[in-house]
Amino acid sequence: MAQQTGQDAFISNLGKIYGYYTGAFLGFVIVLAILEQLGVPGYVLGYMFVLLTIAVYAGIGYISRTAQVSEYYVAGRRVPAFYNGMATAADWMSAASFIGMAGSLYAQGYDGLAFILGWTGGYVLVAVLVAPYMRKFGAYTVPDFLAARYGGNFARFIGVIILVSCSFIYLMGQLTGTGLVASRLLGIPFEYGVFVGLLGILVCSMLGGMRAVTWTQVAQYIVLIIAYLIPVVILSTQKTGVPLPQIVYGSILQEITTLERTASYIAPFVGEAKGHTTPFWFRDPLNFFGLILCLMVGTASLPHVIMRFFTTPSVREARQSVGWSLLFIFILYFTAPAYAVFAKYEVFTNVLGKDISTLQAVAALPSWIFTYGKIGLVKICGANAASPEAVFAACQAVKDAAGNVTPVTVLSFNQFSIAPDTVVLATPEIAGLPYVIAGLVAAGGLAAALSTADGLLLAIANALSHDIYYKMLDPNAPTARRLIVARILLIFVALLAAYTAITLPQGILIFVSWAFSVAASGLFPALVLGVFWKRCTTAGAIAGMVAGFAICVFYMFGTEYYGMARWFQGTWISRQGLSNIASGVIGIPVAFIVTIVVSLLTKAPSKELQDFIDQIRIPKGGPVMSEAKPAIGH
Amino acid sequence: MQTSPRAEEHWRRTRNLMITSLVIWFIFSFGIHFFVGVLNQFVIGGFPLGFYMAAQGSLIVFVALIFWFAWKQNKIDEEYGMAEEE
Repeated sequence: MAQQTGQDAFISNLGKIYGYYTGAFLGFVIVLAILEQLGVPGYVLGYMFVLLTIAVYAGIGYISRTAQVSEYYVAGRRVPAFYNGMATAADWMSAASFIGMAGSLYAQGYDGLAFILGWTGGYVLVAVLVAPYMRKFGAYTVPDFLAARYGGNFARFIGVIILVSCSFIYLMGQLTGTGLVASRLLGIPFEYGVFVGLLGILVCSMLGGMRAVTWTQVAQYIVLIIAYLIPVVILSTQKTGVPLPQIVYGSILQEITTLERTASYIAPFVGEAKGHTTPFWFRDPLNFFGLILCLMVGTASLPHVIMRFFTTPSVREARQSVGWSLLFIFILYFTAPAYAVFAKYEVFTNVLGKDISTLQAVAALPSWIFTYGKIGLVKICGANAASPEAVFAACQAVKDAAGNVTPVTVLSFNQFSIAPDTVVLATPEIAGLPYVIAGLVAAGGLAAALSTADGLLLAIANALSHDIYYKMLDPNAPTARRLIVARILLIFVALLAAYTAITLPQGILIFVSWAFSVAASGLFPALVLGVFWKRCTTAGAIAGMVAGFAICVFYMFGTEYYGMARWFQGTWISRQGLSNIASGVIGIPVAFIVTIVVSLLTKAPSKELQDFIDQIRIPKGGPVMSEAKPAIGH
Repeated sequence: MQTSPRAEEHWRRTRNLMITSLVIWFIFSFGIHFFVGVLNQFVIGGFPLGFYMAAQGSLIVFVALIFWFAWKQNKIDEEYGMAEEE
């Protein structure tokens, strides 16, 4: 009882607690800024950022430890809508959003906006079609719902397979992200960076499950949003005099468009055809709209997102909480296009068009080029921009189309490239800001990757411990043993994911996009038709899940690893053919059609089951499924 | 549990709200972006309109739409006595 009262006092003081926390974090940044001015070297500041933030997250994880099942799986269903929104935002925004997104917009212009649209609009589907009904059902995991609606453990098992597949792919992307940031910040090898990140993830989630992850994610959201906004606000103030980058970047966009069309060192390679605001040169319409569809439907199917809405106190708060989630996500995504434009403007005006005809002139280029060139992230004249000498030598040796050596004397658009994942991390240095800001951005990227990894890891471990171990293997397992199994599985999955991320390094964005297509093709029809179509049968749903999942994975692996040609290529539908990051374009309709056809061919669900659906459809009355009640018969 | 006429009416209104929300969602996720070329001819505050709608405009609509949906659905629940007790 005492613990209960302590909990209530905690919930009613959340505003105060996180208010102090935010103030303390800002104070910490200011102290580090002063230390930097006093001559403390950059790597020391980097260590302080990493160690202190991870220590705080771990501290929250330790304070929130619990031995109660409902606390461990759904944070006791006491998380207010507003804070669940913040936690969902951190859960959602991963290394791909924080580190990768602005860079993709920088490189792809309008066509990169498919990520912005896809990763926000999906929340409308979550609010309207998924979250309130899953909350009313009262599950611990997404497969719980599948089992109750579709006749027991076979549907549960298929659900677990899809859940583990998409979450595991996603988790590897996050570990790659933590490895990148930790190695950049601490100056250690990538592999060690992955394990530093892993440690941060495990201490947060292991002792307290969902409860610990929730309150850590709120703390991580605060760090990541501050870290994302500060550099671009400073940049905007420098360039336009107004600290509102999201609103004033229009004038900079105009200047970029003018440079793209007139500057002699840019126009021949960009012009109007590949301009920042020109649509459909990087992605044709099928891929652009297809990617939006996959990302949106995937949002409404990813178990680590859906399970966040199990934690609110009511169905009503679950709906509102989706609104808060998107609002907090919106703050970052609304800013990303401005980030890309300001970074591009810096490159267009302070890097491109510079004289590089002598070694001296090359050495006068901004120094961040060589900082990132050393680690292979900036290339000039086709070679890593490791030093002025390397750049000068490479540019002197450039050959024209006929094979004759024609030295490059002015740095042009086609001779300069920056890895997209670098744009956000490098912006503070590009803008000439103190190192403390670069450290802050890296700490934000780490918070984004860790918070998403926490959620994913918990989704996987819960599915294995709750669905496979407790519901399928040993239904009589005592509480204590269930929680021990959950924790052991958590460590095991984490190590496996870290090992895979190290041995199979892939782009963050491709892993993440695949996860969305897999979730969308495998789970969406079964979840949505399960609530909105009473006629949907067990056989139909299982056939649909298997078919959608199988064809989606087949297309991904076929086109990525086995040389299968892209579908629709060169037809009137698509110039480029369907890229495998939008595999859901095939998987989603297949899953829907198979579910519907097989359902119509099999016997309608029982009266009992139809009543069960009626109960899910109204908020009134307690959760349909609870620990005590057995699953309904069929 | 018997399906009362009241519950049926509640579900009908809920479904209509769902359809309205999804139509608005579709327009701002896909519909207007089909016409990006046309919209880009209008430039407001330095932003070509088609670019702006994909970068920021649709996002504002999504946020507003979810809060509106949550408010409206809650009103329907209360009207039909289907809301949760406090």
